Amino acid sequence: MKSKDLLGRHGEDLAAGYLETLGMLVVERNWRCTEGEIDIVALDGDALVIAEVKTRRTLDYGHPFEAVGPDKLARLHRLGAAWCRDRELRMPLRRVDVIAVIDDGGGSPLVEHLRGVG
Amino acid sequence: MPLGRTYSIALVGLNGYIVEVEADIGQTLPAFVLLGLPDASLNEAKERIRSAAKNSGIPLSRRKITANLIPASLPKRGSGFDLAVTMAVLRAANDIKPTGRTVFIAELGLDGRLRPVRGILPAVMASVQAGYPDVVVAQANLAEASLVPDANVRGYSTLARLALEFGADPQELALDFEPEDTDSAGEAGVETGTYPDMADVSGQGDARRALEVAAAGAHHLLLTGPPGAGKTMLAERLPGLLPDLGDHESMEVTAIHSLCGLPSSSVQLLRRPPFESPHHSATAAAIIGGGSGLPRPGAASRAHRGVLFLDEAPEYERRVLDALRQPLESGELVIHRSAGTAAYPARFQLVLAANPCPCGKASGKGLDCTCTPVMRRRYLARMSGPLLDRVDIQLQVERVSLADFGQAGAEEDTATVARRVLGARARQLERLAPYGLETNAQIPGRILRGELRLPPAVTRILDHSLERGVLTARGYDRVLRLAWTLADLGYREQPDTNDIGQALGLRQAAAAAA
Repeated sequence: MKSKDLLGRHGEDLAAGYLETLGMLVVERNWRCTEGEIDIVALDGDALVIAEVKTRRTLDYGHPFEAVGPDKLARLHRLGAAWCRDRELRMPLRRVDVIAVIDDGGGSPLVEHLRGVG
Repeated sequence: MPLGRTYSIALVGLNGYIVEVEADIGQTLPAFVLLGLPDASLNEAKERIRSAAKNSGIPLSRRKITANLIPASLPKRGSGFDLAVTMAVLRAANDIKPTGRTVFIAELGLDGRLRPVRGILPAVMASVQAGYPDVVVAQANLAEASLVPDANVRGYSTLARLALEFGADPQELALDFEPEDTDSAGEAGVETGTYPDMADVSGQGDARRALEVAAAGAHHLLLTGPPGAGKTMLAERLPGLLPDLGDHESMEVTAIHSLCGLPSSSVQLLRRPPFESPHHSATAAAIIGGGSGLPRPGAASRAHRGVLFLDEAPEYERRVLDALRQPLESGELVIHRSAGTAAYPARFQLVLAANPCPCGKASGKGLDCTCTPVMRRRYLARMSGPLLDRVDIQLQVERVSLADFGQAGAEEDTATVARRVLGARARQLERLAPYGLETNAQIPGRILRGELRLPPAVTRILDHSLERGVLTARGYDRVLRLAWTLADLGYREQPDTNDIGQALGLRQAAAAAA
């Protein structure tokens, strides 16, 4: 694995752990279809959460949130619907969360969480 | 999180309006939205603000920032809102304390320095009038902004220093950054101005006299004569003869020049009447003002309270000359463009210079002139009747004779003539103040022939001319106005027959041309 993929994997682990501390139930990770990939699928009470995780070592190339544009957001919403079809589930409460992980390797990673964007 | 709220000023022409800037930070993906009818240069503010804040050590929030400029219906342009938007956003992020009713007017550099903007003087004046006397400007604008009475103006060189003043964390701020002073911020001075001296003009007794009368009574002036007679030389010496501007006039003039962004006005209060001499290829927009979006002042407004000199007047487009009729009448120019309407003051003294014919040689006997009589007539007729109707003094200037040319240094200098002009102005004001007028040129015919009526014995020669049809009724009034100015210059209570005779003489060119 390349180092950037390792970092992404590491960030997703941290994010999944963070969501669980919030009392969410992580249902699935790295679900793929032809249209793309969902990093984390979780349940927050009755609501289905499609979570996108962005990880950076530093802020030199901008904040992780800035990497989530309107196109990506629209795709996440479509992927959420695709996941429900695939699992043959009806989830009327569905939202997209974005999680930023900033970890410079100093042992204190920073996790920021935006609920229900776009 | 609190809502950030600051104030700035939007200028429409010379009038400024308070603009309220609201900023809100939303818990969603990063974005910067600027609402409230910003133009392209104002929309660029988003990028300037982000960089400036980061480089000042107080980066903006990585969330959705919404800034709203109120009222939305007012078109806003330019970079002067940068600072107000930044302060509102910083307040919304709780980085600084509330700024209250402070008005912020400055552009931001990417490195966080505050840059001066144009038109700071009218903006601060408007702010004080609207009841917001606390104003923060760029250091380089401080001197100019401080000219406004009753304003409590503060100047800062960088955003970091300003943020510190409003309670930002000094640990975070980039306070050691001090921009080298590219925009010089001298002391607020008074521009005294230097004009060419009357002593340089050899001979030309009639023209010198006409110039003095024009200065004393604020009469518009037309000089016709062959090339080399010294028309331009004379016209350039007129502003030197005019008295200093009063406090109020001085602010008006400086405000216009501040809006035009002329370097000469960057910090100085203009105390001397301005002199504008546009080239004759100028368009109507250049003379009366215009431009895309909100109209900007033209040469006529820049000559407000001063002299507008149109050299080679017949060479101007006719519609340019005719466009001057409105300001000559009302002292104001109202210009309409897509983004709004602007009114600029334009009470100037008009000086026209013209050759007698296209080849310029038709003076004296006119033997060398190659123009046909029709060409000659058409040439001067390019200056329309309605325009010339408003020009009190119409004088023919002849080439200077050899005898006069020899006596350099024998002529009166500007200071001597200006003293007489000042005295004459004082006497006019004393007489005309009850009617709300200042100069003889402004007296309407109703008063000339009413309260200020002269005895029939004095006006006999005029009455006679009117009867014979040599003089029109309007021409009659103009001779009277000139006669009053001549009397003022001669310390006489009212004009005598001699003054009337001289006044008729100052209109000789009109008789020759018409």
